[in-house]
Amino acid sequence: MTDNERHDFDVVVIGAGGAGLRAAIEAREMGARTALVCKSLLGKAHTVMAEGGIAAALANVWPEDNWQVHFRDTMRGGKMLNNWRMAQIHALEAPDRVLELEEWGALFDRTADGRILQRDFGGHRYARLAHVGDRTGLEMIRALQHRAVSIGIDVFMECKIVRLLQDDAGEVNGAVGFWRETGGFVTFGAKAVVLATGGLGKAWKFTSNSWECTGDGMALALWAGADLIDMEAIQFHPTGMIWPTSARGLLVTEGVRGDGGVLKNQDDERFMFNYISPFFAAETADTIEEADQWYKNKTDFRRPPELLPRDEVARAINSEVKAGRGSPHGGVFLDIASRRTPEEIRRLLPSMYHQFKQLADVDITTTAMEVGPTCHYAMGGVRVEADTEVTTVEGLYAAGEVAGGMHGSNRLGGNSLSDLVVFGRRAGMSAARRALDGLDAKPISQAQVADITRHAVSYFDNEGTEDAYSVHRDLQETMQALVGIIRVESELLEAKEKLVELQERASRCAVEGNLSFNPGWHLTLDLESMLAVSNCTTLSALERRESRGGHTREDFPGFRPEFENLNMITRFVDGSYVLSQEPKPQMPEELAKLFAEEAH
Amino acid sequence: MSIDTEPASTPQPSPPSEAPARELVMRLWRGDASGGRFMEYRLAQQEGEVVLDVVHRIQATQAHDLAVRWNCKAGKCGSCSAEINGKPALMCMTRMSTLPVDEPVTISPMRAFPIMRDLVTDVSYNFEVAKLIPAFKPRGRDADGLYRMAQVDIDRGQEFHKCIECFLCQDVCHVIRDHEENKLHYAGPRFFVRLAELEMHPLDTLDRRDYIGRDMGLGYCNITKCCTEVCPEEIHITDNAIIPLKERLVDAHYDPIAWLGRKITRRPAPLPAAKAREFTGAAHAQAGVPAPPRTAGGDQGAPEPGPGA
Repeated sequence: MTDNERHDFDVVVIGAGGAGLRAAIEAREMGARTALVCKSLLGKAHTVMAEGGIAAALANVWPEDNWQVHFRDTMRGGKMLNNWRMAQIHALEAPDRVLELEEWGALFDRTADGRILQRDFGGHRYARLAHVGDRTGLEMIRALQHRAVSIGIDVFMECKIVRLLQDDAGEVNGAVGFWRETGGFVTFGAKAVVLATGGLGKAWKFTSNSWECTGDGMALALWAGADLIDMEAIQFHPTGMIWPTSARGLLVTEGVRGDGGVLKNQDDERFMFNYISPFFAAETADTIEEADQWYKNKTDFRRPPELLPRDEVARAINSEVKAGRGSPHGGVFLDIASRRTPEEIRRLLPSMYHQFKQLADVDITTTAMEVGPTCHYAMGGVRVEADTEVTTVEGLYAAGEVAGGMHGSNRLGGNSLSDLVVFGRRAGMSAARRALDGLDAKPISQAQVADITRHAVSYFDNEGTEDAYSVHRDLQETMQALVGIIRVESELLEAKEKLVELQERASRCAVEGNLSFNPGWHLTLDLESMLAVSNCTTLSALERRESRGGHTREDFPGFRPEFENLNMITRFVDGSYVLSQEPKPQMPEELAKLFAEEAH
Repeated sequence: MSIDTEPASTPQPSPPSEAPARELVMRLWRGDASGGRFMEYRLAQQEGEVVLDVVHRIQATQAHDLAVRWNCKAGKCGSCSAEINGKPALMCMTRMSTLPVDEPVTISPMRAFPIMRDLVTDVSYNFEVAKLIPAFKPRGRDADGLYRMAQVDIDRGQEFHKCIECFLCQDVCHVIRDHEENKLHYAGPRFFVRLAELEMHPLDTLDRRDYIGRDMGLGYCNITKCCTEVCPEEIHITDNAIIPLKERLVDAHYDPIAWLGRKITRRPAPLPAAKAREFTGAAHAQAGVPAPPRTAGGDQGAPEPGPGA
């Protein structure tokens, strides 16, 4: 059990979705010996499920677009809680990253004059999303994957990292994981480690997230002493599939609405007109006539309310269903059939057509879809320094969904794919700089390695009837019911207590079978991560006594000025989760002016 | 009866959804490289399920250590490939209502790849072949720093880019399905799609034709279209990728005008195979891997009941 395989690298990247691949490519191209470690096969990461597009102010469709407008949209979408510097870097660099994907073989849809076509999405003032039908994530991950393979990055597939390694000063100097196939342990020595493990949706019952999204990177960082930021900010995507039950939560791309689809209740009413908040009233159409004009003329007309940011739309759907105006299976209707021809729908939304036809036997070219909110994205995550993506622990970097700050309290659609490549590249660059800057490899403590492996296999020694599948199911029920889209103090306190009980049950989980490709065992370790992030989310949700973006408190509706400038910071100290409120960085005057000008 | 090479019968119409809960009998292959057998699991039928849901229910309630590879459960990642009643398919996109549930439903791992455990196979062969593909090499940008391409010129490439790398086409390709030794010199349908996408990419400048013929083994394919039939993304692998590649190879060798044109203007010389290997630094697929189970049922003896049966 302790006879570990050992590999030493300059940079070890954990996670091989868009951010991890981009980080590894950058580190490798800078000359660092780089390893890419991923829980699944290469090219299967959750990034493949991204549908609508990648946001970048290329100004191919609307010449008026530029990085300032994109920056402003991102900050307003995040209800100003965003780290302003991350939002600025993101808006500035996204166009270059999109063009780079093209240079690596990606084939985006084209404009009539042969440039990259851009589509409308919620919260973006101009059509801004470069896309490939509704499978943009797949295109992006393949382009990055082929690039990574062609420059000879060492890939460790189906290898799960259990804990990070740290030297006496607390600096990260490696990681310990195991091969899922054999259960054999692997020790990685590294001068720098990049976390790019994605999100945490699997802690909720209805989620668009794939198997891997169990909050691993956030938990690894937390256990290493790093700060997490704004973990209460969870995005419930307004349009997930509702039926059949087995498909519940699967994503229905926002591109449906971007391409003209509208939301209706059982009375055939476009109810979104009843949910335009004052924050967005100035820029949102208040009649159907104006809304429908906007698709063709963005200068003289305001955007339809179906394209409000995701948090607004998700809450509206939630209210309609609660008021008894929902669809037969407890959602609302998303109608593209009456808005576009069948040919256009099949061309613009081929995956959605396929998904509904195959899983629900519904033809979306003739029939409205039934949709409802689904747990989709963590805006919060590991706290990083905006320019370098270094965490609060030396030697540890984070990029992509695992990192927090960029999206504030709500992420705009399309800003995720661009986040992955903008900050993936920067994290890879910073990690490689650290490694190549004459840093000596720090010796690894064999005692630490032994402790980690001993803990990981300890579940095989447990006796009794508790099993990881039951604990996971109960965790999902708890988070869905008590830390869901609408929150209230009494339920959050109840969740906190339940998490203690679930933690205790999780520690008693007994594993049957052996070390070889054993999903029951893998789940016990994924559960450790999910419980850690669930605790942080619950704690942050309790303390943010206001409603902002992806965090809605029934007992504290609306923004509260005292929270506007505060980040919720969670840490794991001596076996307990602790929270502190810290002021967010203030943006410089020249950027603040962008918002003052827009106010009238 | 051998059902492993025969496609399953055409999908049955869905039973009425109000039908009372019936018992499902699932026969899952369980074992590892050293051998295994089909185990039978019984559980109540539920509305609207796909095969992967049922496998997950077995895992959660009767066989916690049942190995199955899956990620997105939405037909987008291509992880949960298996043979369902002998027919290669994605478990997440096969609705139970399309299968004849009066009979046991048999699920076995992909046969063309070595077994890791239970329904999980070792698909590393594909990742080794991927390393050998000479990479995309674009021309320079336009003066304003952009690339311009007409939509009509990338439609075909976009069809190929739909590939989710489920490797069902590789599984069903008879050149390697029953001939492990051919993996040494045959890339398989997935990689012919990849090569076709590179060859037809409007920006690419590399000529891979000699390499495709000599080292990727395109000639072994005799266009039986089995790959096209199983592709969950409905890519016309044979008609749109393989046949045009074969035609290009013929052009490269026998058409003096094309040869001259290439010599003078169009593309640099083809990449020699040895050079490609050196460039990628990869060894070709390893030989001597254990064979997967040969049948999907029948001659393995009577299935043993699972613990929950």
